[in-house]
Amino acid sequence: MEGDIAEMGKFIGAGLATIGLGGAGIGVGHIAGNFLSGALRNPSAAPGQMANLFVGIAFAEALGIFSFLIALLLMFAV
Amino acid sequence: MTTEGESSGFAIHPMDQFVIKPLFGGTEIYWYTVTNVTLWMAIAVLCIAGLLVLGTRRRAIIPSRTQSVAEMIYGFIYNMVEEVTGHDGVKYFPYVMTLFLFILFANLLGLVPTSFTTTSHVAVTVTLALMVFLGVTILGFIRNGIGFLSMFWVSSAPLAVRPILAVIEVISYFVRPVSHSIRLAGNLMAGHAVIKVIAGFASLAVVSPVVVGAVTAIYGLELLVAVVQAYVFTILTCVYLRDAVGGAHH
Repeated sequence: MEGDIAEMGKFIGAGLATIGLGGAGIGVGHIAGNFLSGALRNPSAAPGQMANLFVGIAFAEALGIFSFLIALLLMFAV
Repeated sequence: MTTEGESSGFAIHPMDQFVIKPLFGGTEIYWYTVTNVTLWMAIAVLCIAGLLVLGTRRRAIIPSRTQSVAEMIYGFIYNMVEEVTGHDGVKYFPYVMTLFLFILFANLLGLVPTSFTTTSHVAVTVTLALMVFLGVTILGFIRNGIGFLSMFWVSSAPLAVRPILAVIEVISYFVRPVSHSIRLAGNLMAGHAVIKVIAGFASLAVVSPVVVGAVTAIYGLELLVAVVQAYVFTILTCVYLRDAVGGAHH
């Protein structure tokens, strides 16, 4: 693709792709908040679940990363 | 990005810090060219070797500070591998430990002012993630034979849903190295770019005291991110390894 319109479309598309970050934010906040509320009820069980917490956050974050990937592809690859 | 650099209005362009430069002159970069990436990776490896060699040199009963740091990292990663992958996975502990130390030191050295963050480049992290992906796949087939493929056939689901789940499982399996690598590179790159963007505001004299405070705060946050991302990369490696190692038991 060439021309100013296509160039503009790239930037708009890359900007729109950042909306995906909001979803990742909701997901990560949900996991961390639920972990905290569970940990406050049963603090003795909390340290054993730290690994699960981070794995859950990593998986939730992965979907936000794909929107970042799309932004990168639009900016540099299309 | 290079063309709009002059007109973007930043005193410091936030992406300038990620430019790969050959160390000994010239502009062409071949696979054997010594660049700043090579330099900072070598420094990371030297730091790790230094920490572990110096830390375990005396092997005192009452550990010195260096020795306790080395022992703490070792114990932390050992427990993690044993907890996540199970007893059979402990065999692969050296590889996981190497990954963790390399990523941790590359991340932390990237925070030294005017240094270069090697892990902010997708090329570096994709190499690490692909090694894990290929390693886990090959290991899974060696340990479980063709039965490794039963991982994609979710036997606990109703029969009608299983083909659809199998497709989703296969896709999510092949997407693993993508998210695994881009997470690390993206977090590091975004964090460092944020520091530079905010530092760029310091050219306005009115807000510069605020900027110094803000950069300090974000620097602290980046320290946390550097450690957490190294931890996340390693623990995901352990989770993927569990599929290959413990595939028969689940």
